[in-house]
Amino acid sequence: MINFLLLFSRQGKLRLQKWFTPLSEREKKKVIRDMTMSVLARPPRTSNFLQWRDLKIVYKRYASLYFCVGLEEKDNELLALEMIHRYVELLDKYFGNVCELDIIFNFEKAYFILDEFLMGGEILETSKFAVGGSVEEADTLQETMEEYMSKPAY
Amino acid sequence: MPAPIRLRELIRTIRTARTQAEEREMIQKECAAIRSSFREEDNTYRCRNVAKLLYMHMLGYPAHFGQLECLKLIASQKFTDKRIGYLGAMLLLDERQDVHLLMTNCIKNDLNHSTQYVQGLALCTLGCMGSSEMCRDLAGEVEKLLKTSNSYLRKKAALCAVHVIRKVPELMEMFLPATKNLLSEKNHGVLHTSVVLLTEMCERSPDMLAHFRKLVPQLVRILKNLIMSGYSPEHDVSGISDPFLQVRILRLLRILGKGDDDSSEAMNDILAQVATNTETSKNVGNAILYETVLTIMDIKSESGLRVLAINILGRFLLNNDKNIRYVALTSLLKTVQTDHNAVQRHRSTIVDCLKDLDVSIKRLRAMELSFALVNGNNIRGMMKELLYFLDSCDPEFKADCASGVFLAAEKYAPSKRWHIDTIMRVLTTAGSYVRDDSVPNLIQLITNSVEMHAYTVQRLYKALLDDISQQPLVQVASWCIGEYGDLLLSGQCEEEEPIQVTEDEVLDVLEGLLVSNLSTPVTRGYSLTAIMKLSTRFSSVNRIKKVVSIYGSSIDVELQQRAVEYNALFKKYDHMRPALLERMPIMEKTASNGPTEIVQTNGETEPSVVEPKHPPPVNQPASQGNDLLDLLGGNDVPVIQTTMPTKPASAGGELLDLLGDLSLGGPAPAPAPPAPASQPPFLLDGLSSQPLFNDIAAAGEAAYNKNGLKIDFTFERANPNPNVAVITIHASNSTEADMTDFVFQAAVPKTFQLQLLSPSSNVVPALNQGTVTQVIRVLNQQKQQLRMRIKLTYTHKGSAVQDLAEVNNFPPQSWQ
Repeated sequence: MINFLLLFSRQGKLRLQKWFTPLSEREKKKVIRDMTMSVLARPPRTSNFLQWRDLKIVYKRYASLYFCVGLEEKDNELLALEMIHRYVELLDKYFGNVCELDIIFNFEKAYFILDEFLMGGEILETSKFAVGGSVEEADTLQETMEEYMSKPAY
Repeated sequence: MPAPIRLRELIRTIRTARTQAEEREMIQKECAAIRSSFREEDNTYRCRNVAKLLYMHMLGYPAHFGQLECLKLIASQKFTDKRIGYLGAMLLLDERQDVHLLMTNCIKNDLNHSTQYVQGLALCTLGCMGSSEMCRDLAGEVEKLLKTSNSYLRKKAALCAVHVIRKVPELMEMFLPATKNLLSEKNHGVLHTSVVLLTEMCERSPDMLAHFRKLVPQLVRILKNLIMSGYSPEHDVSGISDPFLQVRILRLLRILGKGDDDSSEAMNDILAQVATNTETSKNVGNAILYETVLTIMDIKSESGLRVLAINILGRFLLNNDKNIRYVALTSLLKTVQTDHNAVQRHRSTIVDCLKDLDVSIKRLRAMELSFALVNGNNIRGMMKELLYFLDSCDPEFKADCASGVFLAAEKYAPSKRWHIDTIMRVLTTAGSYVRDDSVPNLIQLITNSVEMHAYTVQRLYKALLDDISQQPLVQVASWCIGEYGDLLLSGQCEEEEPIQVTEDEVLDVLEGLLVSNLSTPVTRGYSLTAIMKLSTRFSSVNRIKKVVSIYGSSIDVELQQRAVEYNALFKKYDHMRPALLERMPIMEKTASNGPTEIVQTNGETEPSVVEPKHPPPVNQPASQGNDLLDLLGGNDVPVIQTTMPTKPASAGGELLDLLGDLSLGGPAPAPAPPAPASQPPFLLDGLSSQPLFNDIAAAGEAAYNKNGLKIDFTFERANPNPNVAVITIHASNSTEADMTDFVFQAAVPKTFQLQLLSPSSNVVPALNQGTVTQVIRVLNQQKQQLRMRIKLTYTHKGSAVQDLAEVNNFPPQSWQ
């Protein structure tokens, strides 16, 4: 299973964090720090894998964003690269030519898409269309401002 | 109060901050506004405020005051609220938080909601971070949803079940019925998550594994359909249909086929098909091939298939893509034990990877793999490559590489000369990275290569002239020079041009080590001892005496003590000096000797243990002649009697007598329990020169009773270690005069280890007015019958008394 998924910029700013194991805030901060440092320090033309503690770390850079995933021993690293790519494709389809700004300003949507793609550290849906379809359909359930005001909360 | 600013507005504002301080200020302001809004229990803007809080949380600011608000959002009827509420819960409310459990009821309700997306939110949250209690409470709901026909919910329920099982493995059973027809689904999402669920169950329970083996044909069929099926736009990745599902099926097949002939056979064809037909031009194809190879290697596949798998890995090694090369090396490392010959065929490619630029991972893996492939046939070639690698690799690998080289050289060295040369090469190129324990190992190796002594010492001497910064090299070199300095002088080397060197030059070098800032205290110790040893091999004794006496006032306590004792050796015991400093005998390795283990020392780092002739300096009060030869040392120092490598029977019988009455003249160093070559069970058996051998088999526990001195033994078992027997001796004196200077010593057979702690006193008062007690700890790992030889010395009525006795009627409880 995937233990965590992080997105950060080339300056090390965090854009998304998804944790599939319970960690304290301090531990999370440490992981983020270690990941950004290790990944950003990698020289060019090296593999996309590194070993960190007992996890395999798979990372890939897309434009100005680094996607970084922590895997367990039994997981397939090459497939993780495909998984990262699929997530980027899903974001791209939803936002239309996605760029870092989209993810900054619409981070909650990035999470919604992620939550339709992965769950509990495993891939939930392998169809390219189903994920985007579900998110868009759920979007329609979001109330407009009027509906929101008129509906009782509880 | 004006409406709180929108989320995007806030993000935009914060991004305009030019400094960290400015950003902090903005955030604090907004947080204050949000907090007051929360306090007002504002339902309308709660969602917006929590969203903003989540953004600020991502920037690294605390957001714990929003936890309860998330709960309120989850409980809300509005979908917008729930969406943000659940997101907030997943980010802020993990199981370590107190309020985590409060979610349970909301989730339960939402799991039964009429809208599938709400149900989906609840399943997602539960399945990502539900605690064990929550999982226990809600497992039933999840199980219900696992049986629904709604594939959107079913796939989520499946992964939620996986999480539940991970948190509460006992609940696995309850999901079993629902798995019945999971694999007959057409929906890929459900199929994928079902395979994950089945995998999790099979990994955790052998019963489940056996139960699910019957699914192998079905899995094979699904995999086959995926491969053979035409283009499916929604699942296609570079021409391959749903690689994620394919890989998961392969992984499940691996688990099901492992150790089972029938299952392995049933999947044989499909594995061969995947292995041969998968497109390798893109990463996705290689991902599938990788998984296939792992599966083939783990199950009981036929040999043709295994060879195919290894060849795929071999091809991976030649691939331009670094990721694939890395993955290949990792897999080859796993298989090298079982399929050694097949991997050997790719040895040259693997060795080339040592030169790969991807420093961290690949070179390390290639190095490990290379070491695994070294054998008697390829040792010369491989070692060349590995030594070259050692020269150029990162410091973080040097220690491991050096150790690996030593190990390999030890196992497969084609000749002693080659072995020594290799060691020299490592010491000179990576000398400071070599592990500390390799120094004693190397010294032992050198000692045992008798014919190479001259060559070795010469090379080491020359290396010292070049560079004295690498401590392990310096230590080994000084030890050798100390031992074989005479060979250095005499120019006896056959292997290469003998070096011309004078005594003074050699002593210059050694003294140079003593004063150099580069030398550690340990190295200085070695060097001083080496200089001392040369006093019997060189003629410049006066110079050596001077050096030794200078260090008698050294600040370094270790050095000072040595110097003082060596001084004493010059002054009072000069007649013993030649004997003590004689050439070391060949040390045989004990069976358990590995590179990391050389016998325990008395806390000394210098190989005083490796030098059995030198009683560890700490224990050398040199007060009585006998004691010098007696490794049990003085009264006040706890002594660990070590299992020494055995000594060949080159010395006569008397030499091996630990406690016997020895004549002090001739060369009679007595290492701790040496044994004559025939290795009798007890140390001193078979030796005739045993005067004063007191063969008292004491009844009960009174071990010794003679001349008014009575010694009783009491036993107990040491608590952490049942193999250690703790024996306390009680010495009492029934005569009318005190026994002073009382010393109790003991020796045990080789298979035991003995530790003698300090006695309570060394005066045994007269007329049984008190007892002297002393604790002996005996390690009896082989559970043999304990036997002990004891030696007692004391002064009684002005005259010295000495006695030997054997105690061998220890009660069985003491050693069983």
